[in-house]
Amino acid sequence: MPEAAASPAADGLQAGAVEVDGVSVRFGDLLAVREVRVDIAAGTFFSFLGPSGCGKTTLLRAISGFVEPCAGDIRIGGRSMAGLGPNKRPTALVFQSLALFPLMPVWENIAFSLAVRGVGRRARRKRADELLELAALPGLGDRMCHELSGGQRQRVAVARALAAAPEVLLLDEPLSALDLKLRQHMRTELRAIQQRVGITFIYITHDQGEALAMSDQVAVMRDGAIEQVADGNALYDRPASAFVASFVGENNAFPGRVSAVAAGQATVATEVGPLRASCGGRALRPGDEAVVFVRPEALRLGPEGALGEMDNQLAATEKAREFEGRFWHVFLDVEASLDAKAGEGRRPATAAQVHGGQPAVPGRGARLAVGFSADRAVALPAGPLAAG
Amino acid sequence: MARWPRALFFRYGAGVGATLLALAGLWVLLLILLPQLTMVDFSLRPNLPLAERGGPLDGYTLEHYAYLVFGSGHSGTFNTVDLAVFGRTLLAAVCVTVADLAICYPIAYLLAQSARGGWGRLMVLALVVPFWINEILRAFAFRILFGDSGVVNDLLLGLGLAQQPVDLIRADVALYGGLAYAFVLLMIFPLYNALESLDHSQVEAARDMGASVFATHWRVVIPFAKPGISAGCTMVFMLSAGALAVPQILGGPSSLWFTQLVYQWFNTGNNWPRGSAYAIVLLVSTVLLVLLAMRLFRVRLAQLGQ
Repeated sequence: MPEAAASPAADGLQAGAVEVDGVSVRFGDLLAVREVRVDIAAGTFFSFLGPSGCGKTTLLRAISGFVEPCAGDIRIGGRSMAGLGPNKRPTALVFQSLALFPLMPVWENIAFSLAVRGVGRRARRKRADELLELAALPGLGDRMCHELSGGQRQRVAVARALAAAPEVLLLDEPLSALDLKLRQHMRTELRAIQQRVGITFIYITHDQGEALAMSDQVAVMRDGAIEQVADGNALYDRPASAFVASFVGENNAFPGRVSAVAAGQATVATEVGPLRASCGGRALRPGDEAVVFVRPEALRLGPEGALGEMDNQLAATEKAREFEGRFWHVFLDVEASLDAKAGEGRRPATAAQVHGGQPAVPGRGARLAVGFSADRAVALPAGPLAAG
Repeated sequence: MARWPRALFFRYGAGVGATLLALAGLWVLLLILLPQLTMVDFSLRPNLPLAERGGPLDGYTLEHYAYLVFGSGHSGTFNTVDLAVFGRTLLAAVCVTVADLAICYPIAYLLAQSARGGWGRLMVLALVVPFWINEILRAFAFRILFGDSGVVNDLLLGLGLAQQPVDLIRADVALYGGLAYAFVLLMIFPLYNALESLDHSQVEAARDMGASVFATHWRVVIPFAKPGISAGCTMVFMLSAGALAVPQILGGPSSLWFTQLVYQWFNTGNNWPRGSAYAIVLLVSTVLLVLLAMRLFRVRLAQLGQ
């Protein structure tokens, strides 16, 4: 039957391309994933990034077959996965807890998927040794898992998942148990492994540093839905929603109402006065509720009246400063600028980053000026912000 | 000195530590060692009236052990009746153990891995509540269930699987059923204990890597639960081989359990030394069988306590 034998390549999809087509997952009354639609190209490193409880792990479990979507379809290499159990899908999952088998030596752990397929012992051992080589763990095959360090166990889990030659490797926050240094090292390592084996990696994390550092594409999720899919750079520089702007990287947020729009720039009346910012591609009209976001590194500090012709200038009081190594974090209490009505209630706290030595402004409690140019700030329609 | 007594003394102080150790020692000595040693001593002496004990006729003899093997005549014949009962008891105990394992493994797995929260507690309660009823009453209930006009026969007749009532008591179905039921909890709890500490993502990992449900259990779950399985099997085997009440009530007219022989020697036979010898043989052989099985399945003794 030539029709049935038609390869997925016939409709232009390679093995390992994942299409998530309007997938929803329901747990009782809770809609954990809402109509998620995303195409993941074969051979890419793709991350789902979001705060805990945003549905990213559920979506991953739907792709691997542990939960059944209540609507929509998941296709891998053009083939629908509906009704296929996790043991029948061309995916392999690296668990958050790693889930290594404690009673088997490392090499048997790695070769487990081959053992259940009836591969002979010698061939299993050979494949396990190859994968240990790939995971930079040569010679550790006969150890037990509890004798390895956290980073080594991590690599064993990845090698074990790769042993079945999956088209898609799914990783569920596998680095969360490691300490900071090791995590940064494992990022590089994982990315290198992905490039060596060339298959699709789908990575779940709440750590934006991991997502931005490793991924070709990142999908930011909130409340079971995708807010934006873009590469890391675009997410950081051109967030599509207030949530993405507040979740990815640090940002200062000034909510207000649009008073004028002209030449791609909006003027937003905020508590601290009118602020000018670029529109970020989303249509804003006068009268809309909007939030102006400006990154700490875009803020300029100086003595009062020393910022010259900056687009936006605010008076502020320094509350505290923290040394972060590459830069200083300066926390400011921004005051209403002269032509704004006196702001009532809580004034937005603002953080600035000052690179290159001690900030050249007087210390704590001192009054100073803070400014930023309109094209380093973005005005986005008001919406929920990331917590914290 | 091993590590734990020292820890005992450090944590609780010398007074409490010494008291606890002494109590444990007393327990072992008074309730385990002394009675067993008395039994061994008994079994090696001739059956004499009280007045003649310690007299010229008293001494050590192997006659009771010889009786179990050769019977009363010493002319090369064997005591086939008692030996057959002995063999059948051990074999039946093995069967009861295997049946209990087969019944309890799925239940314990479900309890430990799937039915978390309210449902799990309800299931445990449903398992435990029947055991609030006295063992003898439970055995009689089985006798009624499996009797000629019992529920089981009604079912068989109603479904057309039998034309007339089956004598389930004579066929020992009731006996095996009753024994298996009597020790269900002793199997479930060690299994549950072992399976509960299994990280469910290991089961999922095995599934994810292509293992069927059977392969997942065979390669991941069962090896993990091995200490619990051995503990449960050991208890069920020992206790069903040593059961008395259930075989007494549910045993068919022709079937004797080895413990019933022991009971007869002690009670109606009025031959305590012979009863002791029989009991010792049962104890030693069940212990040896358990040790053999443990060696076969590569279980270490310390794992039983896990």
